[in-house]
Amino acid sequence: MSATAPTAFETRPSGRVYAFWQRLRSGDDIAYVLTLTCALTILAITALLVYELYMNSTLAREKFGWSFLARTKWDPVAGEYGALPFIYGTVVTSGLALFIGIPLGVGAAIFLAELAPVKLSNSLTFLIELLAAVPSVIYGLLGIFILVPALVAIEPVIRAALGWTPLFSGPFYGVSMLSAGVVLTVMIVPFIISISREVILAVPTEQREGALALGATRWETTWNVVLPFAKKGIMGSIFLALARSLGETMAVTMVIGNDARIHTSLFAPGYSIASVIANNFSEASDALERGTLIELGLVLFGLTIVINGLARILVLSTTKKGAS
Amino acid sequence: MLSFRRKAVNAVMLSLTGVCAFLAVGTLLFILGYLFFHGGTSLTLDFFTKLPAPVGEAGGGMANALLGSAKLLLLASCIGVPIGFLGGVYLAEFGGSSFSFVVRYVTDLLNGVPSIVIGIFAYILIVLPQKHYSTLAGGLALGVMMIPIAIRSSEDFLKAVPVSLREGAMALGASKAKTIFTVVIPAAKAGLITGIMLNIARVAGETAPLIFTAFGNRYWSPGWEQPTAALPVMIYTYAISPYPDWKQQAWSAGFVLLMLVLMINVFARMILSKRGHAAR
Repeated sequence: MSATAPTAFETRPSGRVYAFWQRLRSGDDIAYVLTLTCALTILAITALLVYELYMNSTLAREKFGWSFLARTKWDPVAGEYGALPFIYGTVVTSGLALFIGIPLGVGAAIFLAELAPVKLSNSLTFLIELLAAVPSVIYGLLGIFILVPALVAIEPVIRAALGWTPLFSGPFYGVSMLSAGVVLTVMIVPFIISISREVILAVPTEQREGALALGATRWETTWNVVLPFAKKGIMGSIFLALARSLGETMAVTMVIGNDARIHTSLFAPGYSIASVIANNFSEASDALERGTLIELGLVLFGLTIVINGLARILVLSTTKKGAS
Repeated sequence: MLSFRRKAVNAVMLSLTGVCAFLAVGTLLFILGYLFFHGGTSLTLDFFTKLPAPVGEAGGGMANALLGSAKLLLLASCIGVPIGFLGGVYLAEFGGSSFSFVVRYVTDLLNGVPSIVIGIFAYILIVLPQKHYSTLAGGLALGVMMIPIAIRSSEDFLKAVPVSLREGAMALGASKAKTIFTVVIPAAKAGLITGIMLNIARVAGETAPLIFTAFGNRYWSPGWEQPTAALPVMIYTYAISPYPDWKQQAWSAGFVLLMLVLMINVFARMILSKRGHAAR
């Protein structure tokens, strides 16, 4: 029978406060709340980013509206601003980078995935991925002092071969959209190579074996069977490379020539969105110019979101269904 | 029998792909070699110890830029690493719902934002109200850039820890928090640390966000409220200048920066591949 004095068990405090305290001590809830807060911080930062970009470009947006994207005049003194030359420069340089970079990148990826022995493939891929880690200002440095003089030296050859097209007409001073495009190519090729290589490696061997069994050569197998199979992933890598090249600032700023006008020729200097922001932001003469530059930042932000979103969809759909 | 044309196409195209691969690798080797011969050979001790000299005077160095970069990276790590790491813990351990999907999507979004836009963000948040450039603003910009990368790499490495470890800990009676902090994180620590190192290496080379946040400085910048020089920004400023002495210093600085970044990358990837994880 029970003793006269209550046992320790019976005197244990009970109730909801105690239960709550016990749960708190186990740390689960603290950990959950702490990590959740950090996850929410990312959402908060991104939302704040969009909000600040939007609010601080109000001046410019209200003055020009949507026509900002179509105007071509950039004249801070007269207060006339237009985004078209920069959008043009960005699109042209990135387009050129993709034009040269896709064959180079996919070709190298094919070599690394299909032809090279495994050890060679791994070490070469390691080196190529190091290329992706090189800071962009170093690419700019090399661009100014090596690429631009080299292009000036071979300009007669290009002009002789392609000078009849409007794309390669006009005087050439070295700094040009061509130089910017080539620098961007070197910067985005490692991304295309490493992602494409992984995607090509993921293509099931049975596909290749089936093609080879039917009498196809190695190249025919790759071109007609492997690549279509890996198409989505390669497209994803291209979009990622595009997104990277759109936002690339320093290397482009150093070699593009900084001319806020639209020229058809690749030999002519140009201006990209990121470059004009980099060059003019700290010297913006008034709130309107600053607001315009922030609006350009918003345009660039929007562009990269769209392209990154597309890239993600492509890469996601590839990894979900295997390499379909 | 295989036609000659098909064999020829096969041979030509396959060798072309080899050319592409060696072009890509050759570029890296060329960059390394040129930076070494042009920048590395003219590297002196002055570079690491002296302040920049006035234009026209020979000599001088980039000691303030090296210190400035170190301070910026320290501040950026203090902002980026905790938020990123704990966010990664959330996604790896408590995730699985649609909220995690949103967080991952927004993380990738932030990752894809061009660095100059993040510089604008830091400018609006800190430089505008304070009405001066500062190390704080530069550190914030770099920190915001570090967060998405830190989240993704933490999440990946934490998820790579086998479920059996977690289950074992829980079977022994550990609470979820205890499991995470005493079992899972130590198990993933090699990957987590190398992830942080790679993150720092990536952000160390960023120039664009610093141009109008930390701005630059020809002298030492004490504290956190003054504009500060940073190595990549110095490279940019010197490279586009018309002075040969400055251009030579830009090469030396480029060499130092590249060596730092590449050494961290190589070291981190070597650790990762030894452990059997795929290098990110």
